Amino acid sequence: MDVEILSRIQFAFTIAFHYIYPPLSIGLGLLLVIFEGMYLKTGDKRYEQITRFWIKIFALIFGIGVATGIIMEFEFGTNWATYSKYVGDIFGSALAAEGIFAFALESGFLGILIFGWNRVGPKVHFFSAVMVFLGSMFSAVWIVVANSWQQTPAGFRIVGEGLNARAEITDFWAMVFNPSSVERLTHVWIGAFLAGAFLVLSVNAWYILKNKYLEIAKPSFKLALFTATVCSLLQLAVGHKSADGVAKNQPAKLAALEGHYDSLATGDMYLMGYVNNKTQETAGIRIPGGLSFLLHGNFNTPIKGLNAFPADERPTQVNAVFQFYHIMVGIGMTLIGLTVFATWLYFRNKLFDKRWLMWVFVWAVLLPQIANQSGWFAAEMGRQPWVVYGLLKTSDALSKAVTANQVLFSLIMFTVVYLLLLVLFLYLLNKKIQHGPVDYGTKESIEEGTKRDNPLLAH
Amino acid sequence: METFLGLDFNVWWFLVFGGVISGYAILDGFDLGAGALHLLLRKEQSRRIALNAIGPVWDGNEVWLVIAGGALFAGFPVAYAAIFSAFYVPFMVFLMGIIFRAVAIEFRSKEPMLWWRKTWDVVYCAASITIALSLGLMLGNVALGIPLNEQREFSGNWLSFFNPFSIMVSITTLALFMVHGAIYLTMKTEKRLYARLRILSRNFIIFFVLSFVITTLYTLLYVPHLSDFFRANPVAFIIPIFMVLSIANIPRQIKKGKYRYAFISSALTIALLLIMVAMEVYPYLLYSTENPANSITIENAASSYKTMKILLTIAVIGTPLVAIYTSFVFWTFKGKVKLDEMSY
Repeated sequence: MDVEILSRIQFAFTIAFHYIYPPLSIGLGLLLVIFEGMYLKTGDKRYEQITRFWIKIFALIFGIGVATGIIMEFEFGTNWATYSKYVGDIFGSALAAEGIFAFALESGFLGILIFGWNRVGPKVHFFSAVMVFLGSMFSAVWIVVANSWQQTPAGFRIVGEGLNARAEITDFWAMVFNPSSVERLTHVWIGAFLAGAFLVLSVNAWYILKNKYLEIAKPSFKLALFTATVCSLLQLAVGHKSADGVAKNQPAKLAALEGHYDSLATGDMYLMGYVNNKTQETAGIRIPGGLSFLLHGNFNTPIKGLNAFPADERPTQVNAVFQFYHIMVGIGMTLIGLTVFATWLYFRNKLFDKRWLMWVFVWAVLLPQIANQSGWFAAEMGRQPWVVYGLLKTSDALSKAVTANQVLFSLIMFTVVYLLLLVLFLYLLNKKIQHGPVDYGTKESIEEGTKRDNPLLAH
Repeated sequence: METFLGLDFNVWWFLVFGGVISGYAILDGFDLGAGALHLLLRKEQSRRIALNAIGPVWDGNEVWLVIAGGALFAGFPVAYAAIFSAFYVPFMVFLMGIIFRAVAIEFRSKEPMLWWRKTWDVVYCAASITIALSLGLMLGNVALGIPLNEQREFSGNWLSFFNPFSIMVSITTLALFMVHGAIYLTMKTEKRLYARLRILSRNFIIFFVLSFVITTLYTLLYVPHLSDFFRANPVAFIIPIFMVLSIANIPRQIKKGKYRYAFISSALTIALLLIMVAMEVYPYLLYSTENPANSITIENAASSYKTMKILLTIAVIGTPLVAIYTSFVFWTFKGKVKLDEMSY
């Protein structure tokens, strides 16, 4: 395999693995603010226990998120040197802003959030929770802005030629508010809220099934369910807006999302299907003209197809883009159905008796994760063969000083280490969940813990 | 050329980048040092206290690495591209160290079994040492220069990074971080652990002074061009003189029991060491040993003036903010470590 494909696999693998964690941090951050806010407002000790429990889990997730995130920042330089030189003038300011405004805020206050219970008052502690949450939200802003610039470049000019060409910024705010950043950012945020809310739902559904910690599990479930319901409905609107934007700004990607080749034909909308990349045919369950209707309000408007683009300026893995996109949309719809149904049951006081539904919620934690991942795969693969849409090809963006063997070495290393990391993460997460939201903050538990840690001290 | 207070934007950003790198080395330096000496603490309780001494701050310290990466990428993209693709292998090892270290700190306390904790202790210590050594190795090679082609990308073999000079810089870096970390832990501990750390910090100072002297002598004898700047500008000798004073001040303050001053002195030593390297390489960011014309300078690596202006604005707004909340966090956790239910 050559450097290009190895580097692409490595980047995809490391970013996909990283992206398990930040959405959980953002989503849990929101719920921590809600839980601790409830504690401050009501003074109810149960909410304090809930908050302490989820902070422990937040810390675990955040730790892995940071470690895997540092890799990402440097991987541009290690594997994509030409790309780094090309976009540095633009991308760099977003990354620097991320580091200084967002990440520093988040990491700084996290220390107080985790270790500061006995050192600061409840209000300062709550303030730290808000800062950690805001920090994670700002992080998303700068990262999504940078990525959106790659999808829809704006506020720049090209200087130099050939190998020395690069994009230089002409208008900072035009770069920040490039045509796709706002709608993609909101889409990412809400996806992250859903990831966090469904983790809380899953854990508490399991407690309810096991008939444990009910006085804590039920209010947590309720708050997370309301959050998830609002977010899944909002996501429909935001997702639609995002698709509109793709149609306008990246027509080749839009055509790939629905496997649409022929520019003279109306655009169909598929519920599921299969694209044959070779024969350029798409088959499946579809609404004829559905895509045309969605974008133009008319079933008969033709939609620009993949054939309208030169072969080297459109994605080749159309089926993959199609499938990832449809998985994401399908899950989005499922989440709406699930949360609205559960909310309805809740108000009829029947929710917690439905054991089958609780089991669904236990496993539904995977759905937002899969949707977030597939959404990004569709967005990034749909942009190919460009790394910066219309300006720089992925194949031209590599580090010339790096050999295939070096990338193979690092790829194997990442695979082994990340798999180990995932196993450990799941093991510890499970352990914390099994341990339950109890014992945090009582004097007995501290002494018990110290004895357990050091048997010699017990005497 | 646009200037601010008489200095070119590029020079300003070079100073900002140098400041961030120094900030990173000083802040992460003490928790890396604490990690590197971790296995020398024998008891489980001591190790827990040592871990919790860095617990609330190590993560915030590592943010400076992220900021440094962003600062280089933004201000000098050509240098960012060249440096990280050139140091591909050592840098990947460094990154593995970063991952394993974070994971070890996070996972160690999650199980009570001794074998579990001892395993993560070894991982934590080994990762901290690996990070310090690879940072030093890269610093040494940046100071020496590496072969670059006309596209300003690395054209040599990565095995050449393991030259005697860089290996010495690497060991010196580790030694300095260990001094720094031991002093930090001494500030944060009490009783027998405190007494133990006092002895350790004295030994580390001897280790550091030895490796520093050997590296300096080697440099003067075998890499004389690295001291050209100081020969041409005798006034600049004030920096190494300050540094020697600052090193000498560390054991003096330890003897007096004033660890905070000792800590400030070791922080100053790290900063002065980096300032010396910066003065030596300036205006180069990466010197090409193959053909000096291919060298990367703060001019040919820089972003546009427009970007530099944005970056400097971000730095002017952001730095006080970061300073405020970093000091707030350190202030919250000032004093000796007390283990509680949320500790590692």
